[in-house]
Amino acid sequence: MSILVDQETRVLCQGFTGKQGTFHSEQAIAYGTRMVGGVTPGKGGQQHLGLPVFNTVREAVRETQATASVLYVPPAFAADSIMEAADAGMALIVCITEGIPVLDMLNVKAALRANGARLIGPNCPGVITPDACKIGIMPGSIHRKGGIGIVSRSGTLTYEAVFQTTALGLGQSTCVGIGGDPIKGLDFIDCLELFEQDPQTQAIVLVGEIGGTREEEAADYIRSSVRKPVAAYIAGQTAPAGKRMGHAGAIIAAGRGLAVEKIRALEAAGVVVAHSPAGIGDAVAEALARRT
Amino acid sequence: MNLHEFQAKELVRQYGVPTPRGTTVETLAGVEAAAASLGGNRWVVKAQIHAGGRGKAGGVRVADSAAALEAAAASLLGQRLVTVQNAPNGQTVSRLLLEETLDIAREFYVSLVLDRERERIVVVASGSGGMEIEELARTRPEKILREVCDPLWGLQDFQCRSLGFALGLEGKALAAFGQILRRLYALFKDCDLSLLEVNPLAMTRSGDLVVLDCKINIDDNALYRHQTLAQQRDSTQEDEKEAAAHAAGLNYIALDGNIGCMVNGAGLAMATMDLIKLHGGMPANFLDVGGGATAQTVAAAFKIIQSDAHVKAVLVNIFGGIMRCDIIAEGLIQAVREVRVNVPVIVRLEGTHRELGRKMLAESGLSIVSASGLTDAAERAVAAAA
Repeated sequence: MSILVDQETRVLCQGFTGKQGTFHSEQAIAYGTRMVGGVTPGKGGQQHLGLPVFNTVREAVRETQATASVLYVPPAFAADSIMEAADAGMALIVCITEGIPVLDMLNVKAALRANGARLIGPNCPGVITPDACKIGIMPGSIHRKGGIGIVSRSGTLTYEAVFQTTALGLGQSTCVGIGGDPIKGLDFIDCLELFEQDPQTQAIVLVGEIGGTREEEAADYIRSSVRKPVAAYIAGQTAPAGKRMGHAGAIIAAGRGLAVEKIRALEAAGVVVAHSPAGIGDAVAEALARRT
Repeated sequence: MNLHEFQAKELVRQYGVPTPRGTTVETLAGVEAAAASLGGNRWVVKAQIHAGGRGKAGGVRVADSAAALEAAAASLLGQRLVTVQNAPNGQTVSRLLLEETLDIAREFYVSLVLDRERERIVVVASGSGGMEIEELARTRPEKILREVCDPLWGLQDFQCRSLGFALGLEGKALAAFGQILRRLYALFKDCDLSLLEVNPLAMTRSGDLVVLDCKINIDDNALYRHQTLAQQRDSTQEDEKEAAAHAAGLNYIALDGNIGCMVNGAGLAMATMDLIKLHGGMPANFLDVGGGATAQTVAAAFKIIQSDAHVKAVLVNIFGGIMRCDIIAEGLIQAVREVRVNVPVIVRLEGTHRELGRKMLAESGLSIVSASGLTDAAERAVAAAA
C-alpha cells in the first residue's frame, strides 16, 4: 500500500509538449509511471513521447481514463489549468508551477472545496510512491520502497529526508511535497491522516518551515489522532522577520510563523524534532525506537 | 513589492477614495513652488521611505510657515531616516510628500489583508486609528474588528455596515465608510495586493472620511499583469545586494554573518543557514540558486556574495536532484574561475555521479574544499571563517 498514487494511477500531463513537461514526462516514463497522455491546447491529435496529445482535459480523460494530472504550466495559466482538471473529474491534481498569484489560488481553493478534487501544490516537487509512480520533478534514483511517509513544504529538503531514510535502509512509502506557497492544496494534516491509515507506513517525517501556523495545527492533530511515530525538521530558525525566504509562504509576519514556536508545538506533541537538517534520518530512527 | 505612500495614495484616489491634497518634491528648490500650488499656510511634510514608524523617527513634520517648511524639508531630503522598522541602517529619503493639513475629529484603523490560515481576504478595522495594529493586538485585542470575505460573496454591504456600526458611525459617515471599504476591496482584488493598510482613516470636523496614511504591498507573483505598478518599484529603498540579486533573478537576502551561502532550493537554503548557526558560525546571507544551478546563475551568485565585504568563506550546498553532480561541478569550477572568488569555498555536493563531481572539484587547482556531508561542510565553513 501507499497513499495518493500507486501502479494503477493513470497520469496525464498538462503542458505536455513544453520543455519542462517533456523532460519530466520522459523521466516519469523511465521510472515506470503509467503516463497515458498529455494536454497542450492547439496541439491535439499529435503524438508526443509516444503518447497522445489532446486539446482539452475532458477529451483526454474520456480517451485515456486518466485519474491524476500533473501540471507544468506557466504561472499565468496555472489556475485555469487546475480548474480545467478539476472540472474534468480528475481525482488528483499535482501542480508543480511556482509563482502563481496568491489571489488566483484563493479562488481555486474555493472552487475545489465544492468540487472535491485533491490538489497537491502548487510550487512543489510532486508526489512519489517508490517503484510504482513518480509524479513531479524529484530524482527517482534516491528513493527506495519502504515504510517512511514523508510530507514536506520544501523540495530539496524532501530529497534530504529521502536520502537519509534510504541511507538508513528504511525507505519510503510515499513522499508528498505539499509546496512552499501560502495557499495550497493538501496540507500536513491531510497527509498525516492518509499516512496514519496506510498499512505500509510505519513512521512519518514532517518537514516544515517558517511562515503560517500549519505546523502547529499539525502538532495538535498528531497529539489527538496519530499513533504512528513522527519525526520532524523545521527550516528557518535563523531567518529574519518580515523577509520572504524564497518560498512565497516562508515569511515571519507580525510575530507569527516562527520556527521556534513550531518546534515547541511539535515536541510537545511527542514528535522527535531534528535540530540539524543532517539529523532527519536519526530522528526517524529515534521516533521508531521510542515506540518499540 | 512595496509602494511608497504617495504612490499608494495615488492608487486609492484612482478608486475614488479621498486623500488630502498633496504633491511630491525631490529637491529643496522645488519646495516653495509645491507649497504655493497647495496653498494655505500650514503643511505636513512626510519622508517617503519603505518603512513604518516614520512619525516617531521624525520623518513626519508639520510646518506653520514657509521658513519652517524649508527647514523641515532640508533636514529630511537626502538624509537616511532610521525607524524601528529599518534599524540600524535606515533608508535614504529622496522624496517628500507635502500635504494640506486637515482638521481631524477622529481616527480609525482600516486594513485589508490576505489571511493565509483562513484562505480569505479579511477586512480589519479599529476605532484606535494611528496606533500600530500589532501593538493593539497585544494590548487590546477586543478593539480589533474583522470581517472575513468569502471569494464567492466578495465584501457585502452588510459587512461594511456591521463594521461601521461597531465603530460608532451613523448616517452619512456610515454610508461613506461602506463605500470606501468596497472601493478598497475592489482595488485589493484588481491589483493583486497582499496588504492595504489605511492608518489612520481620518474623520474631519466637517464629517468627511479621508485616507491620511496608506501602505500598499503587491503580490510579486502577480506583477506580470500589473506592468504600470511594477514600474513603480523603487530599488533604492532595498538593500543594494538584494536589488542586484533581484535583477539577476536570484533569491537573495542579506544577513549579518560572515559565511556566504549558495544553495539550491529555498528550504535547503534556510536549513543551511540554521546548520551554520548550529555549528557556531553566522550566515552572511540566504541565497537560493534554483533547481538548475547552471554556471551562469552560480557565477552571478558568487558575484553577489563576494560584494559583501564581511564574507570570509562560502558554503555551497547543492542537492543534485535530476541535475548530475559532474555537470554542477563543472559549472562551479567555471564560475569560481570567472568571478575570481578569493575566499575558501566549501562545497557539499549530493546526488547522481557525486564521486565524479567531487573528484573534479578536488583536481581543479582552485581553493575549493569538497565536504563529505552536511555536517562536515558546516564545520569546515565555520573553521574557515573563524
